[in-house]
Amino acid sequence: MKTSLSVKGQRSLIQRIALAPYSVWAVLFILVPLVFVAYYAFTDQNYAFTTDNITRFFTATSQVADGDTVREVHTYLLIFGRSLKLAVISTLICLLLGYPFAYLIAKASPRTQSLLITVIMIPMWMNFLIRTYAWMTILQDTGILNSFLRFFGIKPLHIIGTEGAVVIGMVYDYLPYMILPIYSVMAKMDERLIEAAYDLGCDGAGVLRRVIWPLSLPGVISGIEMVLIPSISTFYISQKLGNGKFYLIGDAIESQYTANNLHFAAAIAFVLMIVLLIGMAILQRGANRRAAA
Amino acid sequence: MKMKPIAKVYTALLMLFLFAPIAILIVFSFNSAKSLSVFSGFSLHWYQELLRDSETLDAVRNTLVLAVSASVISTLMGTAAAVGIYRLRSRYLRAALDTVTNIPMINPDIITGISLMLMFVFVGRFFGAATSLNFGTMLISHITFCLPYVILQVLPKLQQMDHALPEAAMDLGCTPLKAFFKVEVPEIMPGIVTGLIMAFTLSLDDFVISYFTSGNGFQTLPIRIYNMTKKTVTPKMYALATLIFFVILAMLLITNLMDANTATDVQDAKRRRNTGTQ
Repeated sequence: MKTSLSVKGQRSLIQRIALAPYSVWAVLFILVPLVFVAYYAFTDQNYAFTTDNITRFFTATSQVADGDTVREVHTYLLIFGRSLKLAVISTLICLLLGYPFAYLIAKASPRTQSLLITVIMIPMWMNFLIRTYAWMTILQDTGILNSFLRFFGIKPLHIIGTEGAVVIGMVYDYLPYMILPIYSVMAKMDERLIEAAYDLGCDGAGVLRRVIWPLSLPGVISGIEMVLIPSISTFYISQKLGNGKFYLIGDAIESQYTANNLHFAAAIAFVLMIVLLIGMAILQRGANRRAAA
Repeated sequence: MKMKPIAKVYTALLMLFLFAPIAILIVFSFNSAKSLSVFSGFSLHWYQELLRDSETLDAVRNTLVLAVSASVISTLMGTAAAVGIYRLRSRYLRAALDTVTNIPMINPDIITGISLMLMFVFVGRFFGAATSLNFGTMLISHITFCLPYVILQVLPKLQQMDHALPEAAMDLGCTPLKAFFKVEVPEIMPGIVTGLIMAFTLSLDDFVISYFTSGNGFQTLPIRIYNMTKKTVTPKMYALATLIFFVILAMLLITNLMDANTATDVQDAKRRRNTGTQ
């Protein structure tokens, strides 16, 4: 009995020693840095408390040419609104494109399923910067897409430098992140529920709306998170595909960092963090309520 | 169930969308001319150019040193952490650790990058250093974003493990430490190896966090690529991306093969143990 107790003691000691480095690391390099974002956001160059950075985010204005007239706009609110708009559009397109595809994968034979899942992840391993750059050469006015269209006698399209081009880049980069979570929920779905719904007189649309969609909702929610978060905070895509005309919130943070305005960069990051936290909480709550109903 | 024609067309279109840019990129890395949109003929010219580019070769070396160090350290620390988390009895502590572990995976990279950079700069200024960002800060950052993925690979293997095994080993006279290394480590090895390779590929591919936490002197491949895209881009950059792409694919393929093998090994061992047959 005595030996077994000491063995137990040794095991709990091992456990504590095993967990110690990571616990310290997680506090030092995950939690403390987030505190520094808030600290920098609320201090000035001399590390004295100030709300100027946050105020600047909400009140800074600049002039934008709107046809012949010059409009005054709230610089960062405009950028933030634009990031939100493009990210939401991209997320919706990813959902529209990805949902049927996730369903197709889940319906396929197990062999085809694992093959398709591997295949859609492959493009993700090509460097993100170069993927975006490749889209630039495709969408350019004299690019590959337009030479293709011209070959078939179709009028060339002007895409590069528009918000549409930025959306294409976002959809391309994040589509697999929408497909995967929806697929993994659908793959576990009980086939008999669908059959039962048909037996009870549901038509195809009814089954989709009343059975498949509600059951796949957890996957949809995590898919939305996984596309919305990176696309709202991206930089580079808009620089390359939007010709730098559509500054996004990520670009704003990056340019303040490059200009060494660390306190203002932190303020923008802080606002972004808070908005994302609130957004995710709302999304999760909506999902929980739907699950409870 | 067989795919309907419309499903086939849809799959084909989606694959075209996903793979056309990759295919174009790889094809143009072999372009004999400088253009990225007009193909003039096959040539290995840009690959040869790449081998002569000393800045890129330096970046290759930096990236490998960083990825190897970050993946080894995060695998050791992450595996130990998984063992600790697995045995944790306090539900409260467990939930707290899970939440913290999730942060780097949920937070946008730009926030992880900025937050680490701010801390490094602050600490650097505190100690009066002129530049506080260097290889060390990058290594810390890479370990930090790799750790959750290692833990997530190892933890399920521990949960799948037969709980009686380490107990039996200790009943037979093993010390807890010996039981851990002789019984538990072999059982969770597939998870450790997958975690290691995952950490390696993530570190290799990371741009955003590296961008914010690297100093001026230390350039990894993704940062090198970023600096190259600021100027006129030649197919040389495509050649570089193509090479990295195939290295990563090869590694993933190896993991897949290895994991499937180790998985069958483990199953085979289990069957033999349970049935007592050889």
